[in-house]
This record gives sequence, structure tokens and C-alpha cells, in this order.
Amino acid sequence: MAAITLKDINKQYGDGFHAVKDVSLDIADGEFVILVGPSGCGKSTLLRMIVGLEDITSGEMLIGGQRVNEKAPRDRNLSMVFQNYALYPHLTVFENIAFPLRLSKTSAKEVDERVRHAAELLELTEHLDRKPANLSGGQRQRVAMGRAIVREAQAFLFDEPLSNLDAKLRGQMRTEISRLQKRLGITTVYVTHDQVEAMTLGDRVVVLRRGVVQQVATPRELYENPVNLFVAGFIGSPPMNFISATVVDGRLHTPFGEWTLPESRATGLPGREVVLIGARPEAFEDASVVSDTIREHGVVFDANIDVIEWLGNEQYAYVPYEAPEDIRAQLAELERELDSEAMRTQLVVSLDATSRIPEGTTASLWLDLRKVHVFDPASGENLTVKAVRGAATDGAGYDGGAGSDGDGAPAAPQTPRSSASGDDGLPAAPTSGED
Amino acid sequence: MDEGQLSRGTKAWWWVAGVVVIVYALFPVAWIVSLSFKTASDLGTGQFLPTTWVWDNYDNILRGDAQDLFLSSLRNSIGISLIATFISVVLATFAAYAIARLDFPGKRLILTTALAVAIFPVISIVTPLFNLWRNIGLYDTWPGLIIPYLSLTLPISIWTLSAFFRQIPWELEQAAQVDGATTWQAFRKVIVPLATPGVFTTAIISFFIAWNDFVYGISLTSTDAARPVPAALAFFTGASQFEEPTGPIAAAAVVVTIPVVVLVLLFQRRIVSGLTQGAVKG
Repeated sequence: MAAITLKDINKQYGDGFHAVKDVSLDIADGEFVILVGPSGCGKSTLLRMIVGLEDITSGEMLIGGQRVNEKAPRDRNLSMVFQNYALYPHLTVFENIAFPLRLSKTSAKEVDERVRHAAELLELTEHLDRKPANLSGGQRQRVAMGRAIVREAQAFLFDEPLSNLDAKLRGQMRTEISRLQKRLGITTVYVTHDQVEAMTLGDRVVVLRRGVVQQVATPRELYENPVNLFVAGFIGSPPMNFISATVVDGRLHTPFGEWTLPESRATGLPGREVVLIGARPEAFEDASVVSDTIREHGVVFDANIDVIEWLGNEQYAYVPYEAPEDIRAQLAELERELDSEAMRTQLVVSLDATSRIPEGTTASLWLDLRKVHVFDPASGENLTVKAVRGAATDGAGYDGGAGSDGDGAPAAPQTPRSSASGDDGLPAAPTSGED
Repeated sequence: MDEGQLSRGTKAWWWVAGVVVIVYALFPVAWIVSLSFKTASDLGTGQFLPTTWVWDNYDNILRGDAQDLFLSSLRNSIGISLIATFISVVLATFAAYAIARLDFPGKRLILTTALAVAIFPVISIVTPLFNLWRNIGLYDTWPGLIIPYLSLTLPISIWTLSAFFRQIPWELEQAAQVDGATTWQAFRKVIVPLATPGVFTTAIISFFIAWNDFVYGISLTSTDAARPVPAALAFFTGASQFEEPTGPIAAAAVVVTIPVVVLVLLFQRRIVSGLTQGAVKG
């Protein structure tokens, strides 16, 4: 077990492609850190640099306080689970798991003991004599994890381990990985493009875009206070809505009427002409079901709802609207970066399941203005968060390890993820210039 | 392998087609076997089965007049083919591994050259080789045959093996390295076991090529010192000069076919592809 420190890590390929740019990151001992971002953001490259399968162009990598830049993968004592499992097809499950131990010349008795222990942990005991070809996808995945946990590695590295499983199995394995990590308390770096995995597994999440770290924070912090448009659009499903607005005398002129933001949210407005308002789908509600106690915190407006998706516990309403051409182009560009495609500018609104608004009608919606964010359309910066950050940092910083420190100790209670992020939560490499 | 149930009619047609192919391919072999058991007087009858089954021809090549010629050539053939196969498989394994795994300048050149060598007609280089070998003392020696055999076996070995290595997932080697293996250990413990079927297939193909060669065998040898079986068969003589040595030749042909059949049967299970199944998903 060890802490991992990345100092100004860069990766430039032979063809000049700059895959990872100035990434600095402190991963505490026992921490579960997620690297997330759309495809091509450099998250896998970063992981492969940690494990040593990719050379580091510049910067320094420390594992357990020791510089490992020049060390071969086998000297770093890390274990890794590959996206496609990479099991040895000619070996049985037992020998697959035992492989790292055999290489380190562990005694046969100890190999047997530890392999069986790992197999028990992953419920693989009855499959130990089978070959990988005869296993199901989930079983193969567990064998790959068995091979990772069987030796006392300094850290676990996961490279999109669940992307080859079907949705149901993915959910189960996600819980298993989380449970295992807490039980073993080993530093873990986990790469994924799936934001659900990122939000549910990580103590801290690193959002990457084109090789640059956007924000490092707890899942809650990422969701509630994204530092820029990219993070805001990437985290959350359905994604945050962006509405263009012009500022006139401190008031917002939007396609849905004139809004006045509460003081806490309006700090970024003075001196600007155009801003983007970001609002999560759940910040909206059917005006008719909003209780009177909170109604005054928001604004009510009429919107033309063309499609409704009813999901049982909630429903999503889609509200198409016209946006200025340049804002439209910018949002489309953002969507492309997030691996999706914007067909049209629309609001996705989450409504209470009891709401009976019919499709294809104009309805009265309510937006909680306490929950909106104001973005600078040019730099993408979240002006609201910036203002809050500038004022004060609240609470204690991030508290290190999430799991217990004893191997095989009873499962430690889950560390609450609500712990507010202090300085640790600030982006390691801000995208926008200082102003 | 089952592609769903074939209809009854289609199945019957496949059977008929299969039988036709088998008869077409195996009839000459059966004919040779039958010839090898015939007496000299029986050879011309045109009858498929011998009227009397005799071991005379085998006796002739293994213990009788043709013994010297046949046994020494058999020894030469086995030795030369095995050595040529071994060298070419070892060299081709390293070459193919490099071609499949590494990016180096001249990679395409190697593959193209190998292909060019493979399609180059043997007969056109035999005469210069004959002169060269006589001058440098390789004529009528084992190395004198092994070297040209390598030119036949190496290209095909490199091509088959590099295709085979490309199928082995790269991640396996990386996984091994992360698990604590050196590059050599990763190669030996992960890549070699997976490549074994490919190596065996290649070895068998190489062996057959060397074993079946006639042109080099007859041109570059003159005595028992290095003459391989296919060439030696041409030197068989009948009991008198008016008699064709058909019987002994047939017997010798059967004898030299046996190692080939044995090899294939022996390594049949090794030559199963798809061993890499289960290594990675999809």
C-alpha cells in the first residue's frame, strides 16, 4: 500500500500528439480515485504511465515516496485489471491467479493458501480447475481481479474493467469492486468513461479533457459545484441544461422570460453581457406540485413540452427552444467533446412522478434559482463556484483513506462522501487564465 | 463448428462430395501401397489388388540389394529435414515475434523479401548453387542441403508464424509484465505456450517441404553422404536392367510416407487453433 504522487506529468507521442498535459495529482494511501473523461482524454494513457506500460515524457511519478519513472512495470509492484481481462488462456483459473506469486517464487504452500483465500473472496473456489475459455464474462472479470488482489501490491489499477459486461452484471461488479476495495483498503486508481461508475465508486474523481485535468473533487462536489461547462455537462445523467441569457441591469433575459437570480448566485453577473445558465433537470418542477414554502425561491415560466418519458419514480419532459446561433454552435461543440450529439437545443426537465402534464402542451414549470450556475460562455468557467471559492473554503479538507487499514479486517463503515472538499478539491490545472 | 442443422438433402450432398474428394486424393496412395506388396510378375497385370501378398519389395529396400542406397538416404532425409526444420522454426519464431510486436524500419522489406524468396523458382538457382557448392566444398554434404532448404522453409515459416503471433493479444504480455515478469519470462511463460500450436504447424509444414524436395536433393548430391530419399528413389535398379524397379520404389514411397503420417497424427491435437479463446473478451 502506498500513496501515488504525480508531478507535472506529460505524455507526448512520437507523432507529436500531446496526450497528457501537466497532470499533478496526489493520491493518498488507501484512497479510491477515479480517472474519468470522454474517449481520447488521456485517462488510460495516464493509468498506463502509472503502471509503467507507457513512458513518461516529462514530470515525476512517485509511488510510496519513491521515484518510479525509470522502473519497469514489474519493479513497481502494482497490480492491474485490464479492460479485456487479459487472462492466460493456457492456464487454469488457479494458475492464472497464482501467476504473480509463481513469478515471485513464493512457496507452493503459501501460493495455495493465498490463491484459495482470493478465490473465496471472489467466489471462484468451484471454478479453480477450469480454463478461462469456459467461464462467463463476469467470472473472467473476477479471475482478473483475483490475479490483482492475490499479491500484496502497492496499488490496484483498473482500466475500464466493467465496460465489457452487460448492464446488470456491471452494476453487481461495481458494488463488488467497491466492497473489495474498502475491505482491503488498498490505494486504487480506476479509469472509466462511465460517469455512473465514477460517481458511485470514487472517493475522489479526476475529470480529464484532452489530457488536461479539469477538476479533482468528491463526486458530490463535482455534481454540485462543477468548475466549468465541461465538467457540468459530463457529470450527471441526463446532463445539465444550458440556457443562454443576456444580462440587463442585473436581470437575466432568457428564452423563457426575465429572471432575477438570488444574490448568492448572481455574483458573477456584473460587467457581463451574455452568460450561460446551467440548471440540472431536477432543479425544475411542475409548477402545480411545488409546495408554497419553496415556491418563492424559484421562478415560474411557461414552456412547450413536446415529449415526456415516464419512468415510474420520476419523469423527464423535453422542452425544445431556440437559442442564438453562436451559443448553439458552442453547445454543439461541447456535446461533441462529451461523445454525444446535440440534435437541437432543448431542456431536459425532471418532473415529479405524480405530475400529470400531457405531452405536446404548454405547461407551467418552476425552476429553483438557488440551484442554478452561471457560466462564462467564452471560457466555460463556472462564475458561481468561482465566487463561492473566492469568498471562503468551507469545512475540512479531504480525509485520506476510505477503507480500513488492516488486511482482511471486517468491512469498515462507509466513509460518508458528503465531506466537503477544501483546497484538495480545487482543479489541479485550471483551464482558464486568471482574471 | 455446427452451423445449425443442415437439411437432409444438403447433408447427403456433402457426404457424396466428401467421398469423391477422399477417393480422388487417396486412390493413388492406395495404388502405391498395393504395388508395394506385389511380386515382380504381378506388376503388369493392371489388377488393383496383388494376386499374392509378398514382403519382397520391403525386404529388398531394407535388407536386400537396395539396402545401402535406401537406408543411408533415409538417414540423410531424416537428419537434414529435421535440422533444416529446427533452424528455420527457431529463426522464424524470433523474426515473426519481432515482426508482429515491434515497429522497426524495414519490417515490410523483410516480409516482402521473404515472399520474393518463396516464389523464386528453385530450378533457376540450382546450377549456380551447384558450382558454388563445389568450389567451397559444400557439395554433397548435409549443410549443402540444409542451407538451400532454409531458403524454402524460412519464408513460409516467417509468414505463418507472424500471422499467428498477431492473433495473440498484446495485453497478455503486458499483464505478465505487470504481474512481475521480465520480458523474457513473459515471452517464455505466456507467449510461447500460446504460440506452440502455431510453431508446431509451422514445423510440420517446414518438415514436409524439406522432406519432399527433389530438385536440390538430386542436383547437389552425388553419393550416399547426403543424398535424400526422393533423389535416391531415382537410383533404384531392377533385378535385371530390363526390369523396372517399380516394386521397390513403391515400397520406399510407402516407407517415406509413414513418418509424415505419424507426425500429423502425433501433433494433430497440437495443431488446433483457437487456443487463445478465453484470453480476452470478444
